[in-house]
Amino acid sequence: MNIIVCIKQVPASTEIKIDPETGTLMREGTLSTVNPFDRYAIEEALRLKETYGGKVTVLSMGPPQAEYALKFAISMGCEHAVLLSDKTFAGADTLATSFTLACGIRKIGSFDIIICGVKTVDGDTAQVGPGLAEELEISNVCYVRKILKVNNGGVLVERMVDGGYETVNALLPCLMTISKETNEPRFPTLQGKIFSLNTGIKIWNSNDLNGHSGRYGLNGSPTQVIKVFPPRKRKKGTILTGTLSDKTKKLVEKLGELKLV
Amino acid sequence: MTKIEIIIENCNKCQRCVKTCPFGYISFTNESLVIDENCTYCSACVGVCKNKAILITRKEKKDFSRHRGVLVFGEQREGKVADVVYELIGKGRELADKVKEDLYCVLVGNEVEDSAYELITYGVDKVYLFNDTSLAKFKEDTYTALITDLVEEIKPSIFLIGATAIGRSLAPRIAVRLKTGLTADCTELDIDAEKKLLVQTRPAFGGNVMATIICPNHRPQMATVRYKVMSKAEKKPNPEGEIIRKYVDQTIIRDRTKIMDFFKNNDGANITGAKIIVAGGKGLGRSDGFTLMKELAEALGGSVGASRAAVDEGWIPYANQVGLSGRTVRPKLYIACGISGAVQHLAGMQTSDVIVAINKDPEAPIFSVTDFGIVGDVYQVVPELIMELKKKASTENT
Repeated sequence: MNIIVCIKQVPASTEIKIDPETGTLMREGTLSTVNPFDRYAIEEALRLKETYGGKVTVLSMGPPQAEYALKFAISMGCEHAVLLSDKTFAGADTLATSFTLACGIRKIGSFDIIICGVKTVDGDTAQVGPGLAEELEISNVCYVRKILKVNNGGVLVERMVDGGYETVNALLPCLMTISKETNEPRFPTLQGKIFSLNTGIKIWNSNDLNGHSGRYGLNGSPTQVIKVFPPRKRKKGTILTGTLSDKTKKLVEKLGELKLV
Repeated sequence: MTKIEIIIENCNKCQRCVKTCPFGYISFTNESLVIDENCTYCSACVGVCKNKAILITRKEKKDFSRHRGVLVFGEQREGKVADVVYELIGKGRELADKVKEDLYCVLVGNEVEDSAYELITYGVDKVYLFNDTSLAKFKEDTYTALITDLVEEIKPSIFLIGATAIGRSLAPRIAVRLKTGLTADCTELDIDAEKKLLVQTRPAFGGNVMATIICPNHRPQMATVRYKVMSKAEKKPNPEGEIIRKYVDQTIIRDRTKIMDFFKNNDGANITGAKIIVAGGKGLGRSDGFTLMKELAEALGGSVGASRAAVDEGWIPYANQVGLSGRTVRPKLYIACGISGAVQHLAGMQTSDVIVAINKDPEAPIFSVTDFGIVGDVYQVVPELIMELKKKASTENT
C-alpha cells in the first residue's frame, strides 16, 4: 500500500501579539516545528504500513527550512520525503496550496491513501485536506478518529461529526484527515534520526511540476489578507469575595441578573 | 500583476512599516526601504503608513455584474436543519439588503420539503431544493457536484456555509471545483456595498491575531462561518419566498463514501452547540471531579467541557476538549473549574458571552478573561454553588 502524508512546518509558538498602541505585530523569535496535528497523521500512516505493508512518502510545501519537518517525519519511520519549494509557491492561500500539493502528488505517482492532519495551528483553516482531495478528484473523509480496516479497495473509518460520530466506508484512493484522538504519536528513535541524516529529501520547484504557473502561490490565491489586528480584549471582571456562601450567593445573583440561570 | 512601490518623496523614514510587516519582508538599509521579493501584498504596511508612501496596485478588476445575491448552504441531517443555517440566514439577509439583492438557500436531502417551507418563513427569497431518496445521507462527492452546478447556474455573489464538520469538509471541495476563494471559520462578516466585496474577519494564530480577508477577483466569495456568532434570523409574518425544485441528475450521484452508522455522544458532549458549558481542568486532580462537573452542568442545563490537560489525563474523552487543539466554543456562559487558562485553552473559549472561573490560585491567567471569579477549592465551591442554584430554582417554582 502506498501512503502519502502531507505535513507543514509551522512556528513553534502561536503567541504572536500585536502592540495595541501602534497596531504593529510583535514577532518573537519563534523556532519552527512540525504542525502538531500532522504528527498524528504521520503516526497513523506508519501504523497502516506496519499492519498492511507498503511505504510511506511524506510531502510538504514550504521554504527550504521546511526540510527539518521532513527529516523529523523520516526519523519517525517514513521512507521517502519530498519538499515542494519555490519562490513562486510563496504567499499561497488554501486554494493555491491544494493545487501545488496535488501537482506534487501527481509527480510522486501512484498512491492508495493520503493522510493529512485535521488542520494547522497557524492557519487553522482545515481546508487544505478536502481541497487537495478535490484537486486530485478522489474521495475524502475528514475528522477521522479511528481507522477500523482497509480491504477490498476500501477503508472503513470512524469520523467525528457534530453531536457524535459516524462510521464511513470510503473507496480507495481516499484522503483522510486524522484527529488527535486517533493515536499517540511515537517519538523519533536514534536509529530513525541516523537514517534521516542519510536519506535525501527530493526538492522540487515549479519547473519540476506540471502545473500552470498562474495557479501557484500568491498569483493563484483568490483570497487576500487586508488587515491584521489584535482581538478585542475582555474587560477584567470582578473577583467575588466574602465567605464561601457569600461568593456563591453573589455569583448566582449576578448570573440571575444576566438571565443565565 | 500586483506590485508594491515606495513613493520616496512621501516617505519620512519612520519605519512603522518595517515593524508592521507580519512576514519581516521590509527592511531599512542604507537610509532607504527595501521590500523583499517574497512580499505577499497583504497591505499591513499601507495601513500604518501615515504619509501614503506605499502604493500597492492590483490586477484589473473583472466584471462581476452578473453575480448577484447571497446563497446559504441549508445543512440538514435526518431532515433537521442545523441551527447555524438560521444564523447564516440572519447574516445573509443583512448582507443582501445592504446591496439590495436576494437571499437564496440550497437544501439537499430526502423528504426535506417541510424544511424548505420552514426556511421560507425565515425570509429566504428562494430555496433551491434537491429532494431525492438518493440524497438521504451526506456525501461529499454528490453534494459537491449538485451545489457546484447550482452555483454556476444562479451565480451568487456570496456563498455562506456553516463551519460544522459537514460544512468544513464540503466547502473546500466546492471552492476548489469553482476555483474561488474560501475563508475559514469567520467570526465577522460585512459588505463593502460599493464594491460588493465581502469583508471577512477571522481569528488566526490560535486567536492571538484577527485577520480581515477579501476575495476581490473571484466569485462567489465563499466563507465558512463559526456557529453561535451571528444572530439567528427571526420568523417573518408574511413570507413571500418561493421553492424551486431542482432535478437530481442520477448520473452524478456517486457512492465513493458511504455513511454506515451514526452514534450519538451519550454524555451530551455536543459542546460546540451548548449554551452553557461547565469545564474542568487539571486542577480537579482526579477523574471523579468530572462527576461534579456533570452535576453542575445538569443544574444549569449545560454540557461538560475540559481542558487539554484533563483530556490527556484520561479523565474525559477528547470530544469534550475545548481549546486550540480541541473545539472552539462560544456559549452564553462558560464556567472554568480548576483550569489555569493556558493561551491554547483561552483561544477556544474567550469569545464566550460570560466567563466564570473557579480556581485555587488567584494568579491563574484564567482570571484575566473572566467576568466573575471565585478564588477557592473547586470541591468546596461547586457543591455550594449547586445548592444555591437548586435553592433559587425551588423558590422560583413556588
